[in-house]
Amino acid sequence: MTSSSTVHDVIVIGSGPAGYTAAIYAARAQLTPLVFEGTQFGGALMTTTEVENYPGFREGITGPELMDEMREQALRFGADLRMEDVDAVSLEGPVKTVTVGDETHHARAVILAMGAQARHLGVPGEEALIGMGVSTCATCDGFFFRDQDIAVVGGGDSAMEEATFLTRFARSVTLIHRREEFRASKIMLERARVNEKIKFLTNTQVISIEGDPKVTGVRLRNTITGEESKLAVTGVFVAIGHDPRSDLVRGQVDLDPEGYVLTKGRTTSTSVEGVFASGDLVDHTYRQAITAAGTGCSASIDAERWLAENASATTDDNTDLIGAPL
Amino acid sequence: MTEKTSATVAVTDDSFSEDVLASSTPVLVDFWATWCGPCKMVAPVLEEIANDKVGALKVAKIDVDANPATARDFQVVSIPTMILFKDGAPVKRIVGAKGKAALLRELADVV
Repeated sequence: MTSSSTVHDVIVIGSGPAGYTAAIYAARAQLTPLVFEGTQFGGALMTTTEVENYPGFREGITGPELMDEMREQALRFGADLRMEDVDAVSLEGPVKTVTVGDETHHARAVILAMGAQARHLGVPGEEALIGMGVSTCATCDGFFFRDQDIAVVGGGDSAMEEATFLTRFARSVTLIHRREEFRASKIMLERARVNEKIKFLTNTQVISIEGDPKVTGVRLRNTITGEESKLAVTGVFVAIGHDPRSDLVRGQVDLDPEGYVLTKGRTTSTSVEGVFASGDLVDHTYRQAITAAGTGCSASIDAERWLAENASATTDDNTDLIGAPL
Repeated sequence: MTEKTSATVAVTDDSFSEDVLASSTPVLVDFWATWCGPCKMVAPVLEEIANDKVGALKVAKIDVDANPATARDFQVVSIPTMILFKDGAPVKRIVGAKGKAALLRELADVV
């Protein structure tokens, strides 16, 4: 176990729009943030196609390109980015510790931006067939389903986006949704509705995924009549939402019943002094690239102010940099 | 940005049998494509592993867009998929981007 004696001003855990924006702001404020991007760096946007609603890109930009831009921008201002996963944290007290493999890092403030992970259906066959026709990344895997019949499961924007995208390759896309109403925005739903290759199957639940070694079909149940049926498909794209990735801090900061990190009022402050949270990790409601970037910015400013106010308690050679102009 | 020297080997449909199947050392083949975000996540990890395991393991990359035949032969329908070949046969299949520690754990019984 190696333990660095340096106490950083800020450690950012996570990447994606929240983590990178926090890193950009903290770096510009000369807090020289140490950022653990994780091996899934870039976050949820790494598996999205075109991002059409991020302001400033009038023609749209792909998720990975947008992440690459933010990442490079953080590097430009001196953020120390590490593509490593954090194994453990200890957040109480004036000096927090972050453990990565056999290294321990210290910081006065920590910004949490671990985002969310794709939810699975949890039905028989799903796990065994991941990579054999079950996919959570339409942009990655659509290519393999040229002229085939496939299914997308879900009723939100990402399900609509994936279904629409997949019609570039597939012969047909059946959109399976367990309710009648959709959470998706009007524009995304309408775009899917007018696409002749997309068939809608509402009030329908997937009860199992079948095939060996590759997917051959799904078993379905009508949520109203209870009637069961089979649909022959070679691909199943699961887009039923995300869960906050809060396991790392469970038991240390307050979470809501669904596992989102709770923040105080209009700030990004968590229940622990010096710990701030941003992005999809805290956001039930909006979950957009721009809102994640926005709260990443807020978290960095909150952390910077908190460090300035608490500088006297934890003086060392770095504190003279606190409060440098933005 | 200048291109760094790569520790991984690019293979194609044409070179696959010579570079992978006939290799005397085990080969980890990464099936990837330019449009795949998670493939970008795993790329630097594979470079590191290739550097760390010189002599014991060869790490090869095959672009599925330009080389669809090999992906089809090994039933790859999701990327990144990494298949470990030993003595000309696939012995392990890993789907999705993973961190270095997790990948090394998966490879532990072979290299």
